[in-house]
Amino acid sequence: MTLTNTDFAIEVAALHKSFGEVHALRGIDFAVPRGSVLGMLGPNGAGKTTAVRVLTTLLRPDSGRVIIEGYDVVRDAAAVRRRIGLAGQSTAIQLELTGRENLEIMGRLNHMPRSSVRGRAAELLERFDIADAADRPAKTYSGGMQRRLDLAASLVAEPSVLFLDEPTTGLDPYGRLGMWDIIRELVGRGTTLLLTTQYLDEADELANTIVVVDHGRVIASGTPNQLKDQVGGDLLEFTVPDRSRLDDAVTAVAGLSDSTPTVETETRRVKVAVGNRGSTALVEAVRRLDASGVVTENLALHRPSLDDVFLAVTGHATEAPPEIGSKAHKTPTAGVPS
Amino acid sequence: MTAIAEPVNTRVRPGAAQMARWAISDSLVMTRRNLLVWLRVPAYIVFTVVQPVIFVLLFRYVFGGAIQAPGSGGYVSYLMPGIIAQTAAFATFATAIALAQEATKGVIDRFRAMPMARSAVLAGRLIADSIRMLIVILVIIGVGYAVGFRFQNGVVGAIGMILLAEAFGIAVCSVSAFVGLAIKDEESVQAFGLIWIFPLTFVSSAFVPIATMPSWLQVFAKNQPVTLVIDAMRSMALGGPAFPLNPALWESIVWLAGVLIVFVPLAVRSYRRVG
Repeated sequence: MTLTNTDFAIEVAALHKSFGEVHALRGIDFAVPRGSVLGMLGPNGAGKTTAVRVLTTLLRPDSGRVIIEGYDVVRDAAAVRRRIGLAGQSTAIQLELTGRENLEIMGRLNHMPRSSVRGRAAELLERFDIADAADRPAKTYSGGMQRRLDLAASLVAEPSVLFLDEPTTGLDPYGRLGMWDIIRELVGRGTTLLLTTQYLDEADELANTIVVVDHGRVIASGTPNQLKDQVGGDLLEFTVPDRSRLDDAVTAVAGLSDSTPTVETETRRVKVAVGNRGSTALVEAVRRLDASGVVTENLALHRPSLDDVFLAVTGHATEAPPEIGSKAHKTPTAGVPS
Repeated sequence: MTAIAEPVNTRVRPGAAQMARWAISDSLVMTRRNLLVWLRVPAYIVFTVVQPVIFVLLFRYVFGGAIQAPGSGGYVSYLMPGIIAQTAAFATFATAIALAQEATKGVIDRFRAMPMARSAVLAGRLIADSIRMLIVILVIIGVGYAVGFRFQNGVVGAIGMILLAEAFGIAVCSVSAFVGLAIKDEESVQAFGLIWIFPLTFVSSAFVPIATMPSWLQVFAKNQPVTLVIDAMRSMALGGPAFPLNPALWESIVWLAGVLIVFVPLAVRSYRRVG
């Protein structure tokens, strides 16, 4: 299969990278359409950071190709560097300098004219809610502010492709939500984003496409919903307090989906898989159960989290690849129905 | 196997002149940044300025009375070139530590992923450190003058001594830069610095005449580069064999050139491999 490079900001093909005996990347393929967000999900040591380092020209791959905005990261590294921004796992700002100084230095090193550097720094400080502290040394900032400044530093030159390596690791919940808002706003402005994360909810929240990486391979990929469908989709559950009405309840919800409801007689719990039409099915279930006069308790819709996906795929990672792992040779793109 | 079509974008590379301009301006931006950091942190200034001043006072007034110095001007005149060289060497601790911090914190990663000149991080570091060193050397000379030191060989000799001290400092800086980028751990870098910088500066002619050392130690002390540099600095500051004829000067220039030829490429190489 051959990719064209007109619609993709990032194209990665058959990427390999080893450090001695450690095979950090063992054939990674994916492509990221312009303006979309790819979440690279995986545990520590999966190869996420190595992939980001190759994609951002910091490491030479052993084999395979990476094209960023049409430029090869090995042959045209300089052109790639003019188009990307990188915010790594630790805050790479100079804590002794003020927020404004940090940003202005980044602008100068990106060869922006002195006149526009000043305005750009002020704009970013304002946008990232650091304006009040702009002229204080960055070491007086809170962790969340330092992280925002770090992100701002990677945006000074207005990169069209942004790499965020675990952008919220170490932030408190409030800081995380703030970072999510900022990331969404960036994407809204058309920036293509690749973010790595260990947090499943983060990938779910921010990414159009997710690639699950483990042991240097893409073991699953797709939209968050596709991945959830792979572990069975939404699950409707409820309890019937009156044991004699269990059969009526099962009959009532039987037509909700193609799958047959399962009954745990002991706990009087009924479960029915409803694919990805969870909320519609929920309303329908309430209506039907009500019509047949069955009283239920604890009616709930269980949406499989990415945790479920992750366990399902990585649980088999050391053995034969699971069925959904066979997707690894395909190139995931956002919004392609499975 | 997935293949990617040839990129449609043609390569546009800036010309050599533009690259050179960027290399210079990026190095200057980095220099300014590094000096700004130094000025912002009182602890750095204390370490780099106050510590050598304490050494001057300590050796001048505490140990100096017990040391018989050869030559004119008494012990303080003997001492000052030694202290200045030692200060230049010690100043490079900061070089190694700063680069190690930048490597571990991802600062160097970010710089390397930017279109800035590849040489600017190291060049900016070396330029800033030599400016810092010059400031410290001038402060020490000022303190030296207050406690009785005098240049005895004219302005040219004095400038020559300062230039040689700077060249010595830059050479040690290149070693420290390599060590900092290769080890990348702040504490190990500091410990390693102590292991090689302390013996080299103390087991030399910096503070005491080598003739007072046990003979087995004299063999090392006499022939090691720090002694050569300090002897050359002393002859320029205090008089002695005239400029072109002084063998210590030529030997130290050869040594410093050798150190730079070996360690600048090593530092550049470990900079490229950070991470």
